[in-house]
Amino acid sequence: MGYSGFRVIKEGLFGQKGWKPVWRDPAPKAEYDAIIIGGGGHGLSTAFYLAKEHGMTNIAVLEKGYIGGGNVGRNTTIVRANYFLPGNSEFYSHSLKMWETMERDLNYNVMHSQRGLINLFHSDGQRDAFARRGNAMINQGDDAILLDQDGVRAHLPYLDFENVRFPIYGGLYHPRGGTARHDAVAWGYARGADQRGVDIIQNCEVTGIDIEGGVVKGVQTTRGAIRAKKVGIVVAGRSSQVAAMAGMRLPIESHVLQAFVTEGLKPVIDHVVSFGMGHFYISQSDKGGLVFGGDIDFYASYAARGNLPMKEHVMDAAMTLMPMIGKAKVLRSWGGIMDMTPDGSPIIDKTPTEGLFIDCGWCYGGFKAVPGSGFSFAHLMATGQHHAPAAKFRLDRFRSGAGLMDEEGTGSQHNLH
Amino acid sequence: MRITCPNCGERDRREFYYQGDAVALSRPAPDAGLEAWDDYLHNRDNPAGDTRDLWFHEAGCGAWVVVTRNTVTHTVLDTALAERSHR
Amino acid sequence: MRLQAPEQTVDFTFDGRRIKGVPGEPVAAALLANGIKLVGRSFKYHRPRGVMSAGSEEQNALVTVGRGAQAEPNVRATTLEVAAGLEVWSQNAWPSLRYDLMAVNDVLSPFLAAGFYYKTFMWPRSFWEKLYEPVIRRAAGLGALDGAHNADTYEKAFAFCDVLVIGAGPAGLMAALTSARAGADVILADEDTAMGGRLLREHEQIDSRPAREWVAEVLVELDAMPNVRLMTRTTVTGAYDQGTYGALERVAGPPKAGKPVACFWRIVAKRAILCAGALERPIAFPNNDRPGIMMASAVRAYVNRWGVVPGKAIAVFGNNDDVYRTARDLAVAGVKVVAVIDSRDVETVVMDNRDDVTLGGDYPVYTGAQVIGTRGRHGLQSITISHKGGTRTIRTDCLAMSGGWNPTVHLTCHMNGRPTWNEEIASFVPTPDSIPGLVTAGACNGTFSTAGCLSAAAEVAAQVARGLGLKPKVTVPVADDAAYSVTPLWAVPGKGRKWIDFQNDVHVKDIKLAAQENFRSVEHMKRYTTQGMAPDQGKSSNVVALAVLADATGRGIPETGTTTFRPPYVPVPIAAMGAGSQGKGFAPQRFTTSHQASVARGVPMIEAGLWYRPSYFPLKDESHWRQSCDREVGYVRNAVGVCDVSTLGKIDIQGPDAAALLDFVYTNMFSTLKVGRVRYGLMLREDGHVMDDGTTARLGETHFVMTTTTAAAGQVMRHLAFVLQVLRPDLDATVISVTEQWAQFAVAGPQARVLLNTVLEQALDDESWPFMACGAVRVGGVAGRLFRISFSGEHAYEIAVPARYGESLFRILVAQAEVLGGGPYGMEALNVLRIEKGFITHAEMHGRTTAYDLGMERMINAQKDCIGKAAAARPGLLGAERQQLVGLRAKGGDHALTAGAHLFARAAAETRENSQGYVTSVCYSPTFATYLALGFLENGRARHGEVIKLRDHLRGISEEVKVCDPVFFDPTGGRARG
Repeated sequence: MGYSGFRVIKEGLFGQKGWKPVWRDPAPKAEYDAIIIGGGGHGLSTAFYLAKEHGMTNIAVLEKGYIGGGNVGRNTTIVRANYFLPGNSEFYSHSLKMWETMERDLNYNVMHSQRGLINLFHSDGQRDAFARRGNAMINQGDDAILLDQDGVRAHLPYLDFENVRFPIYGGLYHPRGGTARHDAVAWGYARGADQRGVDIIQNCEVTGIDIEGGVVKGVQTTRGAIRAKKVGIVVAGRSSQVAAMAGMRLPIESHVLQAFVTEGLKPVIDHVVSFGMGHFYISQSDKGGLVFGGDIDFYASYAARGNLPMKEHVMDAAMTLMPMIGKAKVLRSWGGIMDMTPDGSPIIDKTPTEGLFIDCGWCYGGFKAVPGSGFSFAHLMATGQHHAPAAKFRLDRFRSGAGLMDEEGTGSQHNLH
Repeated sequence: MRITCPNCGERDRREFYYQGDAVALSRPAPDAGLEAWDDYLHNRDNPAGDTRDLWFHEAGCGAWVVVTRNTVTHTVLDTALAERSHR
Repeated sequence: MRLQAPEQTVDFTFDGRRIKGVPGEPVAAALLANGIKLVGRSFKYHRPRGVMSAGSEEQNALVTVGRGAQAEPNVRATTLEVAAGLEVWSQNAWPSLRYDLMAVNDVLSPFLAAGFYYKTFMWPRSFWEKLYEPVIRRAAGLGALDGAHNADTYEKAFAFCDVLVIGAGPAGLMAALTSARAGADVILADEDTAMGGRLLREHEQIDSRPAREWVAEVLVELDAMPNVRLMTRTTVTGAYDQGTYGALERVAGPPKAGKPVACFWRIVAKRAILCAGALERPIAFPNNDRPGIMMASAVRAYVNRWGVVPGKAIAVFGNNDDVYRTARDLAVAGVKVVAVIDSRDVETVVMDNRDDVTLGGDYPVYTGAQVIGTRGRHGLQSITISHKGGTRTIRTDCLAMSGGWNPTVHLTCHMNGRPTWNEEIASFVPTPDSIPGLVTAGACNGTFSTAGCLSAAAEVAAQVARGLGLKPKVTVPVADDAAYSVTPLWAVPGKGRKWIDFQNDVHVKDIKLAAQENFRSVEHMKRYTTQGMAPDQGKSSNVVALAVLADATGRGIPETGTTTFRPPYVPVPIAAMGAGSQGKGFAPQRFTTSHQASVARGVPMIEAGLWYRPSYFPLKDESHWRQSCDREVGYVRNAVGVCDVSTLGKIDIQGPDAAALLDFVYTNMFSTLKVGRVRYGLMLREDGHVMDDGTTARLGETHFVMTTTTAAAGQVMRHLAFVLQVLRPDLDATVISVTEQWAQFAVAGPQARVLLNTVLEQALDDESWPFMACGAVRVGGVAGRLFRISFSGEHAYEIAVPARYGESLFRILVAQAEVLGGGPYGMEALNVLRIEKGFITHAEMHGRTTAYDLGMERMINAQKDCIGKAAAARPGLLGAERQQLVGLRAKGGDHALTAGAHLFARAAAETRENSQGYVTSVCYSPTFATYLALGFLENGRARHGEVIKLRDHLRGISEEVKVCDPVFFDPTGGRARG
C-alpha cells in the first residue's frame, strides 16, 4: 500500500479503516535462502537490500524481541559523514547519500532533516585536527566549512562565548549533517522488506548456529530449527554472544551509552552541535525535546542503563557550553549497549565459517550507518565480495595492524575508547 | 555505582578509572606470536554475566583493583588488589 | 471558590491577570479558587485544558514561570507554590489561551491520526526542510526557553544514610519512625511541601483522632531526632547502582539573588524503603479532557487540604469506592454534588471503619452507569450519562473521576525491573528485589488502606533495621482499614475521542489504529502513537493504554507487557544536574607559579589541558601576535629566553628496580644511563603506537625523575602504576607525581649559561655541565635541580626549584634575560622553535603514529622487551606505504601554509584516493624567513627533495612545498652541545 498525502486525507475521511499492517507476522518457514539474525536497523536494511538489489526474497529476519528495539530505537538520531580516515570516509559518505534518497526509496517519511552539524573546537590544536578532517571530507566529495568564532556565533548565538572555561575557537560545519526519526527508519525498512516478501519474525530468539564441516546450515531458535544457506549476524549489543554460537571470539567489549531527552520546547536549537572539550552533543527533535548524549559510562555493561557520573558530566558540559538550556528539564534518560571495537570502527566481514557473515562493532555511531551498512552487508552476503565503500571493515586488521581506523587517536585497544 | 577499594573501602565510581578486562594480567611473552598478542590486545569473552575487570583508584590510593562484577546487573561480587591477584 | 476566606493572600499574575492566592498553596489551587478553568493547551490538537491532578503527575496545567533568563517553562501549576509577585504564563497558545489559532489542528484531527507524518510530507523532497518541518516544529513543543544564559544558582550535594525512606505518606512516616527509633541514620524525602501524603487530603482517623494530628506528632518526634533528616520538596528521581539515588530538592518560594533555587542530591543509602504511594488513573470516555474534569483525589485534595472548591455543581464518576468517599467529603464541606456515577452494579459500599455510607445521600447515585459525553469548550458545562434507566444529561462544571489506583512502581523499574500484574487491584505492583537494597511498602506495593500501610511499613522497616544489625520495636497505631474494591473500566464504549494520554493527545482510536497497522508490541504502540512519551511519561495513562492495546490485540494485560519506566521520576532541570559548571566551573583551573607575573605583563593566557600558559609576551608597540612571537624566537636564537615549563608532568621514580621499570616502559634503554645524566625516551602504548615522549634524569643510582608532556601527565602516571601493579609486580620501585611540587623554567639561547651564572651559587662550565647533564644546584639559598636539555636546539637548561620559589625565580630569570638582550617567551615562540628543530609534540604523536612513522624505530631496543614492542612489530605498522614524518618548506615568506592541509603529488586530483598525507604543525620561521611545516607523507623519508602540493580546501590554500628532513635548524646539533 503506497503512502501519500492523498492517502492520508482519504483515510481521514473514512475513519482510518483502510490502513493495512505495516509488516506481516509470518510463521517461520523450515528453510530460507538467507537468514538475518537481528531485526534492528542494520538487520532490516540488510534484508531490504538483499531483496531489492539482489533479488533474494526467500529470506527471514529473526528478532528475539520486537523489531527496532535495540540501538536504532535508542540513539540520538544524528546522521553525518564527517570521518577522515580512509575506510570510514568513503563508507559514511556513501551512507549519507543513501539517507538523502531514503524517503523516496522506502515511500516512508523518516524525517531525515539536514539541519547542519557543527563540531566545536577550543584550541589551535583541535582546529588543526578538525581542518585535517574537513579537508578529508572535501577530498571525499562531501561538504565541510571551517568556522571561526564569529562564524560559530552567526549560527549559534546562544552559546556562552565569554565567561567560559574552554573558549570556543570555532567549529567545523557540516551542512549535510542532521537528524532523522530513528524508529521510522526501522519501520520503513521493515515495511519495504516485507513488501518484497521478506519474513520478519519477531519474538524468535536464535539459540544456536548449525555448522557442519565448516559450512553454515541454519540456526536453532526458540521457534524451532530453521535451515539456511547463508546466515548474517547483525546483533549490535549481543554480537559476542551470537558469534560465540559459531565459536568466534570477537574484538568487542560491550559498553553502555546513555542518552537524554527534555520536555518539549518551542524551537530553540536548529543544528546538531557538539562540544569539543567534554562529551556532549545535542539537537532538538521535531516534537520539541532536546535530544542529547555524551560518552559511554566506561565499564563493560549489558544493562542498557547508566549511572549518575556520566549523566552529570553531560549536564555539566551542557551548562558550560549553552547555559540557556539550564531550565530545560530532562524527561528521560536511557542506555544502549554499544559494540566497542578496539579502534572504534566497525566490522563487515566474512567469518571462518562458510556462509556465515557478520556485521558488528559500530561502537556509538551505528545509526547513521543503517543504510550503508545494510547495503554493503547485503552485497557481501549475496555476492561473496566486499562492497567497495565497506571493504576496509575487516576483522583481521587488528591482528595485522594494517588499516586500523582509530579516528579518535586514543589507541587501537579497548580501554582507551 | 560504588566499588570497594581493598585499601580504602567503598568509594564512588567517580574515584576510579576503568581499564577493561582483567586479561591484562596475563601479558604474553614478547615472542608469543601474532595470534597470542591479537587475543591479548583485542579479542574478548565479553560475557553478559560475571566478569573480572581492572579499575584504578586514581582519585584515591592509586591501587589497581581487580573487580569481579556482573555486567548485566552491575553487582560487584569481589574486589582485590591487582598486584596480589592471580594471573 | 474558597470554603473560607483565607487569613492572608498575596497577588500573583496569570497571563498578566492579577490573581489572589494563599502563600504556599499550589498555583493550581489559586486558579481554581478564582474560577479559572482554562489553564493550557494540549500538545498536538491545542485543545483547551484545565487542572487535572494535585501533584507532580499533572498532565494539563503546565505553565511558564517568571520571565527573561529566569523564565522556567513546563512547570506544573499543581506543585508550583504561590508567592507574591509570581508571574505565571500559559503555554502553547497563540495569540491567546482562549483564542488559539493552532486549535485548527483539532478540526483537522481526522487527518492527523497516529503516525500520519510517516506517510506524507515526502514530496517534493526539498520541502521537508524548507516547509513541512519548520511548520511542524513551530507547532510542536510546549513552553519556550528565553534564549538567555541561565541566571539562577543551582547546587549539587552528596548525602549518606543507613535508610532512605522515599515518600512521607502513612507508610513512609511509619517506616521512617520505625527505622529512626531503632537507631538508623534516616533520610525521609517527600516531594510535597509538607509531609503526610494522602493523610493531608483525606478525612481519616489514626489512634481515634484525625490522621493529620498523628502526622504532626510523628513529624515532631522525627524532627527532634539527631539521626533523622527530613527533606520536603525533595523528589527521589532515580535509583542507581550500589544504593545510589538521585534526588531533586526545590527551595521554597521565588528565587533569591545568589541563593540556590534547587539542589541535586546524590544520596548513598545502605537500604531504601519505597513508600511512594499510588496515582489515580483516569477513565477514557468521550471528551474526557474538558477543563473541569479532574481526578477525584485531586478534587478531595483541593477541597479538604486547600479549602478550594473546583466547581459549583460537582459530579463524581468512577469504578471504585472512592466515588462515595469523594461525594461524602464534598457533602461534608457543603459543596453541591449533582450526581454520583458508579460504573459498578453495586448495592452498598463500606467506606471506612466508622460509617456505613449507603447509596443515595443528598445526591442522586447512578450505579451501572457511565459518562458517555461532555460539553463545554473552555470549561465543562454538562455531562451525558447512560444508566439503567437510559441516558441523561446533567449540568455540572466539575467532574471528579476515578478509574482506580496505580501503585507508584517507577523507581523499582529503573534497573530494568518489570512490575508484576495484580489482578485484584487491576494494576501493576513492584517485583521484589528489582533494586538491590530497596524494599517497598504501602500503596506503592498495592496496599491501599491506611491501616495496611502502617503495619506493612512498620514490618518492612523493622526487617530493614534488623538487616543493619539494629533492634527495632514495632508499634503500629490503629487506623482506618477500608478494603479497596475496583472493577476495571478502561474505556467507555461509544463514539467520540476518548483521551488516554492527555499531554500528547493520544486517544483510544490511536491505539487501535496502531494495533491495526501491526504496531502490536507495547513498545511499538508507544513509539507509534507517542503514548506515554509526554512530560508525565505516562504516569497516569500507561495502564489504561495497555488495557486498550490488550483489548485491541486480543491479549491479556500481563502478556501485553509494559514499557519501561526510566529515570528521572520527575523532570530535572539540566542546570540542577549540571550545577556548578556554568562559566569556568566545568573543569579545574591549574595555574603555574609565574601566572600572575605573566598576567601582569598583559599576556594572553591560553588553555593547555587544565593549565593556563602564556601565549606570547606583547610589547607596547606590537599590534600583532606574530611580531611578539618573532621577537621571542629571536631571543632564544640570538640571546636568551625564559619560559615556564612547569606544566610538563614530573614523576619521581625510586627503588632498586627503578631503572628496570624505565627499561620496560620506554623503548630505549635507561639502565645504562649514568647518574647525573638525562636521556630522551619514547613510550609506546601496548598497541604499538606512540603514547608519549620526554626526558628522564638519573639523579641517583635508584632515583630518576621522568618528564612527560603536559597533555599526557595523568595518563603516564596511571600507566606506570599499571605496569608496577598489574604487569610487573616483581619490580621494586615506587612512582609519585611531583608536577606541582616543582616550578621549572627553560633558559635557552647562546647566553643561557651567562644568565644562569648570575643566579646560581656555583658557576657552570661545559666540563661539569655538558649537554644532557643534570644535578643538584643552589640558587639564592634554595636547593634546586638543573637539567641541561633543549627543546629549541639551542644551548639550554631547565632549572627547577620547589614551587613556592617559582614566581620569585621567574622574575629574577626574566630580569637577567632582559639585561642580556633576551626575555620571556610564550607558547607561540616555543612552538616555532621546536618546529624549526623538528621536535614532535602531540600534534605529531596523535595516537595513530608509530615509532617507525616518526623515524624513531631504531629507538626500540632490540635487546629487551618493552611495552608495545610486540604490537609495533605487526606487519601493518611497518612499510613504505605508511605515512612518515617529513619537513615541508614553503616557497617563501608570503606563501602561508596551514596545519590540517592534505598533501598530494604535484599534479594529482585532490581526492581521497590521492591524498598522500597531511600537515600537523606549521609556523612562520623568522629564522628562515619562510613558512615551515611538519607532516606525514606516504613513504616520506624516501622523498626528501620532492616538490609536492599542499592543499587546504577549507582555507583556500594551495601551495607547492618541498619535502625535506624534519630537522630544519642545526641538523648536526652543534648549538645545543656548544
